[in-house]
Amino acid sequence: MTASAARFDRWYRRLAIGVPYLWFVTFLLVPFLIVLRIGLSQTELAQPPYSPVFDPAAGWQGIKEFVSALSFANYRTLFSDWLYLSSYLRSLTVAFIATAILLVIGLPMAYGMARAPRWMQPMLVTAVILPFWTAFLIRIYAWITILQRDGLLNDVLLALGIIKEPATWLATDTAIFIGIVYSYLPFMVLPLYAAFEKMDDTLLEAAADLGCPRWKAFWLVTLPLAWPGILAGCLLCFIPAVGEFVIPDLLGGSQSLFIGQTLWTEFFSNKDWPVASALATLLLTILLVPILIFQRVQARELEER
Amino acid sequence: MRRAFSPFNMVSVALGLAFLYLPIVILVIFSFNDSKLVSVWGGWSLRWYRALLDDSAILQAAWVSLRIAFLSACLATVLGTLAAFALVRMGRFRGRLAFSAMVYAPMVMPEVIIGLSLLLLFVAIDIDRGFWTTMLAHTVLTMCFVTVVVQSRLMWFDWSLEEAAMDLGCRPLRAFFTVTLPLILPAIAAGFMLAFTLSLDDLVIASFTTGPGATTLPIRIYSEVRLGVKPEINAICTLMIAFVAVIVVTGSLLAKRYGAAETEEPRAAPM
Repeated sequence: MTASAARFDRWYRRLAIGVPYLWFVTFLLVPFLIVLRIGLSQTELAQPPYSPVFDPAAGWQGIKEFVSALSFANYRTLFSDWLYLSSYLRSLTVAFIATAILLVIGLPMAYGMARAPRWMQPMLVTAVILPFWTAFLIRIYAWITILQRDGLLNDVLLALGIIKEPATWLATDTAIFIGIVYSYLPFMVLPLYAAFEKMDDTLLEAAADLGCPRWKAFWLVTLPLAWPGILAGCLLCFIPAVGEFVIPDLLGGSQSLFIGQTLWTEFFSNKDWPVASALATLLLTILLVPILIFQRVQARELEER
Repeated sequence: MRRAFSPFNMVSVALGLAFLYLPIVILVIFSFNDSKLVSVWGGWSLRWYRALLDDSAILQAAWVSLRIAFLSACLATVLGTLAAFALVRMGRFRGRLAFSAMVYAPMVMPEVIIGLSLLLLFVAIDIDRGFWTTMLAHTVLTMCFVTVVVQSRLMWFDWSLEEAAMDLGCRPLRAFFTVTLPLILPAIAAGFMLAFTLSLDDLVIASFTTGPGATTLPIRIYSEVRLGVKPEINAICTLMIAFVAVIVVTGSLLAKRYGAAETEEPRAAPM
């Protein structure tokens, strides 16, 4: 390598690693440390609306006072108030059930796509990705028109004689499930399709030759081989669904809140930044294990091809 | 030999696609509805599109959103491409694990957490919230999608092309701009478009990080929708869908023209 190439190499390395690194530290790591720290503060009617405020001019004494003023009071509030715990539980349960429904719908769809004639497959993949490009908010809004009391779903069901009176769809859990399944379906189908698509069909033929029935071969051969794709799809749906705000807010009822809604209310309506920060910290702690698993799967998928 | 595309396979794909498209199609059709009641058909009409032209609040919000989306997509494309090169080309470096963790984290992290943490950062460093803070916040979210798109292209990139150019005496920077960049341009363009539409679409992060005078379109739509369904909203949503569809279709046509020569046979990266 010539001297100029070596110099370029060094320069290019610094740029490609250093710039994104600096960005991540500034806009992901530091903000999160601030959330952590405000979660340990108290609400104040001041600007900023929390205390203690760190004053670097006070020196060592200032740091000591600052640290001793931090407390776990917000976390004690979270654990002693059923309102908060129940919204965590609700988000986790709904996200879990929705992920299961997504898997049941996504699995045959992805499998069918992988089985489609070769020339058709790129078109099918585009067709699945395309709705993801149209705004999320719009797609949720579209369901309001369908699910409302004098909406299209009731019109169709009444016309078919399945129901006698307009049923309530909006502001129910059913609406939330429909919303989540609808918006996250591409996230489930695409990793599953990728897993099925690269599978070696001769393995299934071998299983058939050895007398294995088709459903059993699917269970014993196809599913285990597609496992990384299944895991990626499920996590890609489950993790964001737990923190979902828009879907439960627009389609769900007001009786019980998702954790994203509780956090939103604490922040925007109650102006309680410390409690909102503590809620965010706890939510991230709960999601840490699924996020780490997802990252492992993702990194392996992209890097060990 | 490939196994057959059975009727069961066909039905499951068809039903899945119908489920994905039906609500959007209904929304588009009802945006041309003459009736004031959203769910009663009153004949074809463009009146809600005309009403939209008089709604200066929505038009202004759309303009804000478009500018934010464009600037943040540009920034996200540069940062995301750099990060993709770091992940694919740099081998092992100190903090690589943390680096890749931070690339993938925003993809799954709940938006309320990203929004809240960035807002608290902007408050801590005492920046007025508004247009620029929202632009930066969207870049945090979208750059990781750019990274993933570009990274998966780089995995298949034939690096010997770049090396050949340099062996023939091409300077490294020139080799990058004349050989590597044109070949990966379709992926970079796809990343840009994804970043653009994600930013155009975001409600939660923008709600936290925006300020007076910088109401984005989703924030505007959301506050209208909370008050009830309005036919104008159908019209603006249809326009947004059409806009994004035009971008995506143009993008994929360009990618086809540009990328046809070298995507025919994906090659494993010789690393």
